[in-house]
Amino acid sequence: MEVKILSAKFDIEDGHKLEIAKQHGAYATIDKLFSMKPEEVIEEVRNSGLRGRGGAGFPAGVKWGFLPKGTGKPVYLAVNSDESEPATFKDRYILVKDPHMMIEGIIICSYAIGSHDTYIYIRGEYTSQVKALQAAIDEAYEAGYLGDKVAGHDFKLEVTVHRGAGAYVCGEETGLLESIEGKKGQPRAKPPFPAVAGLYGCPTIINNVQSIASLPFILEKGAEAYKVYGTEKSSGTHLFGISGHVEKPGMYELPLGLPLLEVVEKVAGGVWKGRKLKGVIPGGSSTPVLTPEEAKTVTLDYESMAEHKTMFGSGGIVVLDETVDMVKLVENLIYFYHHESCGQCTPCREGLGWMLKIIKKVVRGEGEISDIDLLSELCDNIEMKTVCVLSAACTMPVRSYLTKFRHEFDAYVSEGASTAEANQE
Amino acid sequence: MSDRSQLISTGEPFKFDQERDTEFERLIKRYPERESMILPALWLTQEQEGWISAEAIAYIADRIGTFASKVFECATFYTMYHLHPMGKYHICVCRTLSCWLRDKQAIVDYLRDEIGIEPGQKSEDGKFSLEEVECLGHCGTAPVVQINGEFHEEMDVEKLTALLAELN
Ligand SMILES: Cc1cc2nc3c(=O)[nH]c(=O)nc-3n(C[C@H](O)[C@H](O)[C@H](O)COP(=O)(O)O)c2cc1C
Ligand code: SF4
Ligand code: FES
Repeated sequence: MEVKILSAKFDIEDGHKLEIAKQHGAYATIDKLFSMKPEEVIEEVRNSGLRGRGGAGFPAGVKWGFLPKGTGKPVYLAVNSDESEPATFKDRYILVKDPHMMIEGIIICSYAIGSHDTYIYIRGEYTSQVKALQAAIDEAYEAGYLGDKVAGHDFKLEVTVHRGAGAYVCGEETGLLESIEGKKGQPRAKPPFPAVAGLYGCPTIINNVQSIASLPFILEKGAEAYKVYGTEKSSGTHLFGISGHVEKPGMYELPLGLPLLEVVEKVAGGVWKGRKLKGVIPGGSSTPVLTPEEAKTVTLDYESMAEHKTMFGSGGIVVLDETVDMVKLVENLIYFYHHESCGQCTPCREGLGWMLKIIKKVVRGEGEISDIDLLSELCDNIEMKTVCVLSAACTMPVRSYLTKFRHEFDAYVSEGASTAEANQE
Repeated sequence: MSDRSQLISTGEPFKFDQERDTEFERLIKRYPERESMILPALWLTQEQEGWISAEAIAYIADRIGTFASKVFECATFYTMYHLHPMGKYHICVCRTLSCWLRDKQAIVDYLRDEIGIEPGQKSEDGKFSLEEVECLGHCGTAPVVQINGEFHEEMDVEKLTALLAELN
């Protein structure tokens, strides 16, 4: 089931080094790139159907097309390497194992959108990874792939690594821009969208690491070759991170469109310890949970996830075995999103705090049925009433547990402290 | 939300050492606006001193040409900046979903008993500080612990015991 497009060089010893990467085809597309017109590059990417791999799945070529022309302002590219959605751990492999594939992608994207300055926003916790990335960038500068004349062509490109310092909300694209500008990572109201007024008020494109790293293949082999993988509306391959209760958790590159349960079984070794499946979180902790029944029919692509009323998200699949206490899982989730709220919208700051208080009360065995109803009500009242979707990233999954596993919440109420205690073990 | 404790003064003037100074000058050329240097300057300070003092905040503001309040705001908003000294070994345990599913609690409990401190505290001898943190992007090898920035994956009590013995 596994394929090796993005991960082709991951297993090569020292594949992160320029010399070795070049032997395996790194930067091979640069001359072709400069023989094309920027519009042709955008067209090729649009035809490939590549969708943003940061979670929202917006078509990359279409986004680039939103840039206004002739503003006289510089255009910026920000590469989103914040990777902080719980259960997501894919971009790190690119940064460490094949950084030159991403740098090549940055050159391709920059040429297409007419940008001469890239900022790579990397989460602060990636300590050794920051160093590895910077070392690769230094190598690329030395070899002339970055700097005043990219590979001898009349194109200037500066790439700067900007390190975050522990804030999930900086993965949100405008929170990220604020952070580069030296501010608290508080997302901006949209519109204007970053393509029109982004970093320093200038037109800006923000793309995920994996989106950018997918470009060299598309440029080299063409849109059609990319579309050989995946489904009609979800083309290509994806680095999936499988975690939780499976025998072989890890990062696997797969074409889009495979049946989820087959992947869990054949790729990740199935539910661990011979236990039964209780649920699957398909794409990071903010995506609504699927029951085993729903998981039977879902495939790993944007369309099928939407049909199942959940989201493809970031490709971070979490497998839950029969022992998982869904009430406590929800407590863990709400804690995270409340902790990461940037605090500027009342419904998010106060609402998630209120939800946390309620769920804690339920977990202690002191909750009432009305508390469970109140949780649902709060979900409805918080969502879409805030500047960014961090609040919805909490309420959407919470609502899914409340509806699909309601009996577990009710049991905490009816059996009071005894359920709470029984579950302690 | 992050640590809102007040700034601590060292009573000594602060400045970047030669290495940090050079790095500061290299980086500032990369941004069209000087305030973009607030986060990088806070990082340089923390790398040099291990934490960020009142004097360091004033120095950064002065060096960039901005208000100290703007620097302070970032130093408190972002959870990785320390406004007081941490232990010699700063241990972060991931508490989020995938690590929780693979029993991160056993790791926290063990460390609490062994070192005798709660998450958020520092041991009296200054050797260890303990913190529970959010998803560290290593969920496939959960549970995960980070000590002074270095990742330790697929942790269990046995591995931790060996690790602590090494540090002791
Ligand atoms: C709260 C929040 C956190 C996010 N975190 C990330 C992240 O860590 N990495 C990422 O690439 N996108 C993240 N996103 C999505 C970005 O806002 C944005 O859609 C994405 O970087 C665009 O790139 P793409 O089109 O290539 O996917 C996050 C969004 C929200 C609302
Ligand atoms: S929804 Fe929450 S995280 Fe997003 S801007 Fe509002 S307060 Fe900040
Ligand atoms: S949940 Fe612990 S590293 Fe992601």
